[in-house]
Amino acid sequence: MAPVLIVYGLAKTFTMHLRGGIELPVIVDAAFALEGGKCAVLGGPSGAGKSSILKMLYGNYAVNEGRIEILHRGEMVDLASAAPRRVLEIRRETIGYVSQFLRVVPRVSALDIVAEPLVERGTNRNAAADKARELLSRLNLPERLWALPPATFSGGEQQRVNIARGFITSHPVLLLDEPTASLDATNRAVVVEMIEEKKRAGVALLGIFHDADVRNAVADIVIDVTGFAPDRKAA
Amino acid sequence: MTVSVRIDQASVEATDLPLMSVRSVSKFYGQRIGCADVDFDIWPGEVLAIVGESGSGKTTLLNCISTRLTPTAGTVSYRMRDGEMRDLYGLGEAERRLLLRTDWGFVHQNPADGLRMTVSAGANVGERLMAVGDRHYGKIRATATDWLGRVEIDADRIDDQPRAFSGGMRQRLQIARNLVTAPRLVFMDEPTGGLDVSVQARLLDLLRGLVHDLGLAVIIVTHDLAVARLLSHRMMVMKDGRVIEHGLTDRLLDDPQAPYTQLLVSSILQV
Repeated sequence: MAPVLIVYGLAKTFTMHLRGGIELPVIVDAAFALEGGKCAVLGGPSGAGKSSILKMLYGNYAVNEGRIEILHRGEMVDLASAAPRRVLEIRRETIGYVSQFLRVVPRVSALDIVAEPLVERGTNRNAAADKARELLSRLNLPERLWALPPATFSGGEQQRVNIARGFITSHPVLLLDEPTASLDATNRAVVVEMIEEKKRAGVALLGIFHDADVRNAVADIVIDVTGFAPDRKAA
Repeated sequence: MTVSVRIDQASVEATDLPLMSVRSVSKFYGQRIGCADVDFDIWPGEVLAIVGESGSGKTTLLNCISTRLTPTAGTVSYRMRDGEMRDLYGLGEAERRLLLRTDWGFVHQNPADGLRMTVSAGANVGERLMAVGDRHYGKIRATATDWLGRVEIDADRIDDQPRAFSGGMRQRLQIARNLVTAPRLVFMDEPTGGLDVSVQARLLDLLRGLVHDLGLAVIIVTHDLAVARLLSHRMMVMKDGRVIEHGLTDRLLDDPQAPYTQLLVSSILQV
């Protein structure tokens, strides 16, 4: 199976202009590839740059060096140098992202938040809402919460809304930033099951999981981020 | 595996053409710079936020690209409904007025600047329809009622003057007045400025929905980064009349590159 995403020579340095221009290198020369139907996991201690890699892959962080090639509309496209409009198009069609925290929009109900990515992609509202209901009930979010904006929900409830929103689309590449961090065992198992379904559907997944059980259950490959640390040569 | 998929050329071309192209636009007030050397394109359905502090030139720029102010140098071209790209400052007065009345909207910070305060809410909305040739009273009133509903103003307020409305209601009415002619491009100058936070949230949510449902292109000037985050796809940061940084909104806010952008982002109060 040919890779759907190839990263090479990827480097990221933060320049803190408000702190006298201090340079903070986090990633040097990162290289890996993702295949459809497999879940790769970024491994390494906190602060090793796992989240930074995920954010570069989604276009949230600027890339200093290297390429991120992704199979988009049948061609390999470099995300690292793509124009903003192209990045948005790639996000719409090819790459999805489940963030660690839900960005709450005032006044919008949990159900609408979950259905929104489908509606944006042209699915009619009723069909999108049906799919959203299905995911929320699967993730055991009490039905009385569906019509409420999630601002007042608990951390775990918000995270389940976030997961449902991230899993509702059928992006061929899906990035997961600690989707199970504040979930109980039952819901962790549901997420593991949902990841397995994505794999069977041929989706390439890349995730960060601090929970060892979840990691062991879903990982086909572990990418050790410490290998991309800027100080590994000195150490 | 190299797959080469033939993409429908017609649809690519239609969406790949910008709605407006701004090139090297500058405005000088004598020796003083209003804005200098600004370049950007905006495409249909896209929301571009222009952010910066007071005096950064963002409103000058907005006025220069909306024919409210003539730039000292540079060009602004706009794709007319017939698909032709025209230089805005080469348009005749009649063409320019038609554009302003039909294809564009302009939402002012102060609703009193965009509304007629002494005629009814329904007439404020209906007036734009009449300007594009609608003459059937019943139809105009029905459309106005529908639009009041879409901006969450009760139908029984249709005969009231906006003078009797709260700030948030006035702003929603101004939005309805602008959107009733189905414009393709809407300019907004601090549309949530001066409103209470809860009123702001409601307005933002409403704008977000309308922009999406109508596929509007919006150029919004704001000093509020949270507003830019919520509404815009792309962002341009201005300081002293120049564009400091330009990019995807979440990239710019999560990983600001320019010293000034870093200062702006780090100055947001966390609640």
